[in-house]
Amino acid sequence: MAEATITSSSTVAGPRAKWTYLDKFLNRTGPFTDPDSFQPGKTVIESLERSKVFGAGGLGCEILKNLALSGFKDIHVIDMDTIDVSNLNRQFLFRAADVGSFKADTAARFVEKRVKGVKITPYCGKIQDKDEAYYMQFAMIVCGLDSIEARRWINATLVGMVDEQDPDSLKPLIDGGTEGFKGQAKVILPTMTSCIECQLDMHAPRAAVPLCTLATIPRQPQHCIEWAHIIAWEEHRKEITLDTDDPEHITWLYQQALARAQEFNIPGVTYSMTQGVVKNIIPAIASTNAIVAASCCNEAFKLATNTNPFLGFPETDNYMMYTGDESVYTYTFEHQKKDDCPVCGLGTIARPLEVSPNMTLQDFVESLAEKPEAQLKKPSIRTGEKSLYIQSLADLERQTRHNLEKKMVDLVEEGEEMVITDKAFPTQFKYKVVFK
Amino acid sequence: MADLPPPVQGPTAKEKKYDRQLRLWGANGQVALEKSHILLINSGPGVVGLETLKNLVLPGIGNFTIQDSAVVSEPDLGVNFFLEEEHLGGSRAEHTCGLLKELNPDVNGNFVSEPVESWISHPDVLFPYTLILATAPIHPLVLSTLSAYADTAQIPLFYVHSVGFYSHFSVHLPPAFPVVDTHPSPETTSDLRLLKPWPELLEYATQKTANLQGMSPDDHGHVPFVALLLHFLEEWKKEHNGEVPQNYKEKTAFRETVSKAARTNTPEGGEENFDEAVAAVLKSLNPPEPSSSVKDIFKAPESLLIRHNSPSFWVIANAIGLFYTKYGVLPVPGAVPDMKARSADYIELQNVYKSKARKDLAEVVESVRFLERNANRTAQIEEKNVEAFCKNAAHIKLVRGRPFPVIPREGEVKFGGQARTLAQQLSFPDSLLPIYIAFLAWDKFTATHSPQAASSALIIPGLSPTDLASETENITSLAFTIVSDLVKEASASPDEADFATVKTQIGECVQELVRAGGAELHNIAALTGGIVSQEIIKVVTEQYVPVDNTCVFDGVRSRTAVFRV
Repeated sequence: MAEATITSSSTVAGPRAKWTYLDKFLNRTGPFTDPDSFQPGKTVIESLERSKVFGAGGLGCEILKNLALSGFKDIHVIDMDTIDVSNLNRQFLFRAADVGSFKADTAARFVEKRVKGVKITPYCGKIQDKDEAYYMQFAMIVCGLDSIEARRWINATLVGMVDEQDPDSLKPLIDGGTEGFKGQAKVILPTMTSCIECQLDMHAPRAAVPLCTLATIPRQPQHCIEWAHIIAWEEHRKEITLDTDDPEHITWLYQQALARAQEFNIPGVTYSMTQGVVKNIIPAIASTNAIVAASCCNEAFKLATNTNPFLGFPETDNYMMYTGDESVYTYTFEHQKKDDCPVCGLGTIARPLEVSPNMTLQDFVESLAEKPEAQLKKPSIRTGEKSLYIQSLADLERQTRHNLEKKMVDLVEEGEEMVITDKAFPTQFKYKVVFK
Repeated sequence: MADLPPPVQGPTAKEKKYDRQLRLWGANGQVALEKSHILLINSGPGVVGLETLKNLVLPGIGNFTIQDSAVVSEPDLGVNFFLEEEHLGGSRAEHTCGLLKELNPDVNGNFVSEPVESWISHPDVLFPYTLILATAPIHPLVLSTLSAYADTAQIPLFYVHSVGFYSHFSVHLPPAFPVVDTHPSPETTSDLRLLKPWPELLEYATQKTANLQGMSPDDHGHVPFVALLLHFLEEWKKEHNGEVPQNYKEKTAFRETVSKAARTNTPEGGEENFDEAVAAVLKSLNPPEPSSSVKDIFKAPESLLIRHNSPSFWVIANAIGLFYTKYGVLPVPGAVPDMKARSADYIELQNVYKSKARKDLAEVVESVRFLERNANRTAQIEEKNVEAFCKNAAHIKLVRGRPFPVIPREGEVKFGGQARTLAQQLSFPDSLLPIYIAFLAWDKFTATHSPQAASSALIIPGLSPTDLASETENITSLAFTIVSDLVKEASASPDEADFATVKTQIGECVQELVRAGGAELHNIAALTGGIVSQEIIKVVTEQYVPVDNTCVFDGVRSRTAVFRV
């Protein structure tokens, strides 16, 4: 075991005194360090401090703290949200007095004050506001985004940035998410290993309840709430935009749902359930956020320093799933890159997509939002021959609208390729029609 | 919409703040957290203990106390988020307590700066605490004292070790730690009793499937799948000497019958209720037999002999055991999954299950009252507790807590009854047991190299670069002794080549551990603090299933493993 001798005893003075513990790993090789990539001592310390890293998402508080205490000095953070009282049970950089302030600002100020010497640059807005040139400045991207759409956007952007002639254009993406006592963390080397789009079916959306169930045969309290949310609001308060953070709006929905439930003898509608269904609330606790964010930052630290092998090296494990509700269980594995991935695949292979021949184009367009392999909310669809439906431009929308009533069997053929685009993503998705 | 219910009382400030967690453990769990008082005995760089507490202060534990005799030094500031420059030279217990308290004004925090060995020698000093969390390095005499206290006071003790890229924790729970509210995943909880229907359920099915073939398309497509399966089971029995489908082959054949009965001349080309019926065949056509771990609870000595002071869990367990002996099934839980059906038919079905569940509950309550009278118990067990037990009877868990090994200064590490299983696990290719053994050897080194008196400073391996090689060698040989003793204790005779591989792995783990020189890496401490705080929440709320009893995390490969030691 070698040691690049900077420290000679356990107590050091001088500028690195604060980093005594971290330096044990930056100065010493271990049994698993790769001698070709790990350069202990000054070299690794300087490169760690130079690395500019990017953080975002609901795990932001944890990520900023962890990156700052991993020795990173230049951290950028983006968050469009303001602080809500329901964040205080886990987002530990925020206090009751901060409610209403921007998360990115408050978090950055807090961590800069607590960990001296780290620079945190906040931007209060959407990650989509920034372009490739912005993301190009970072060594890596660490995300704990709660929306699948934002995840897919950053993923597609980073894949699109890769220039084979320029190794610096490859930005590792480290991504984590939680739900209750469960979570996952993964490392993506864009174009080299399985990307968010390859993994899309692991984040299948919850199946929506059919509209006819809501409208005619509700059975569960949730059905009554969805009815109030989707149908009753449109009927009675069309002119008001529903704001799920407005207690008056939630109360109105709750009362409507309750009345409907009483009509059908369905027990169990509560205010809290109404809020949960309407806002699609996912339970979240400090513990799980800590686990997943720390796992992401542990990988970021290993990636930046090579103090130990990181997840995500091609042909090795790149994905860790954590389950804490029944004992503790992790499953760490290699998620395989998919050749037919519309974002990072070969670009020539269309992904098979099941289509019922008798469904209308309208129904097909709506079904794309729910299909685990698509999850596209505002798709525009073309085939090699023609534009089936284009929503991105008003003129084209008018010209193609008449197709919506047609049956799929009359518009496409078995095996035909469809190219689907969606404003939310900087890429196009190729699918091959497979009739059910 | 003429008469809407009166205006509602929105959620309270507290409900708003804790909304995202109350959706997991409910108001009961929150009350349990608020009643707890957690003691952290902190040492070393002291990060993992504080990161654990952070995740408990945020969701609102009632009280915490930090015992820590360290003085804040420069290196603390590079690893510990709950200290600032102005605290240099001050008490680490005092300042970490102060900054943790800022996280949640609802939580009371206290600190003790007195050295642990003198502090715990005061009489009754541990009395206020409902759970103890001790971090390594710790003097074996102190850890033994805590372990003995946990035994007598029957409170949980956690021992946590976070060194470099590795961490581990062990938990010593009381000898009987039952969990009723285990939160099983919804897919595993459906218990429809299709093979043991009661008369009202059969009656419901007959009524809903009368003239099935002649039904209008709309009616046919809305018969609840439970009624469909019961109907086709009756038909099947007529042709099979009154027997239900017994094995996989018969169930597949039965499924085929159901599938064929669906109408395909519909706009969708099929019927959703029949799809549901087909999908439920293999899952739902199993005899409702309780798992062996549940049956073991009925046979446990605490359940067999109810005394005036028996915990209510055992009284209810005994009563449900009686129910099981009498009927060969557990009480009906009463929940019905959503299914394609008309509102009124579904609600009616729900009521059939609910009435049966209430009837079964009434019978169990009667047994409980009988047991209470017999054992001269003064306080009656609340019916809602019996109800919770009946509802989740198939999924209740009993953890048999036990002390984890405290590494002795002299003599061997003993694994007792667990030796055999552990020795077997050693040979698994991706086993993390070598890391645990490296930790034990690390503890053994600290125990033997530190002065005998509990008051003396502990010796940490790997601190100085000059001793790194010799200390690594020393701990490796301690680890080899531990693993050889384990194999001997298990009377196992591992393959020589396999054993050599295990020793190589242990050697590497020791090397990685000593590399740290006792340092904590913030990420590993934060991650471990996350896991330990999840476990503490589970233990305090008596919900979900806790680790039994040791967990290891490998930050090199990003994996965990759980062992019973």
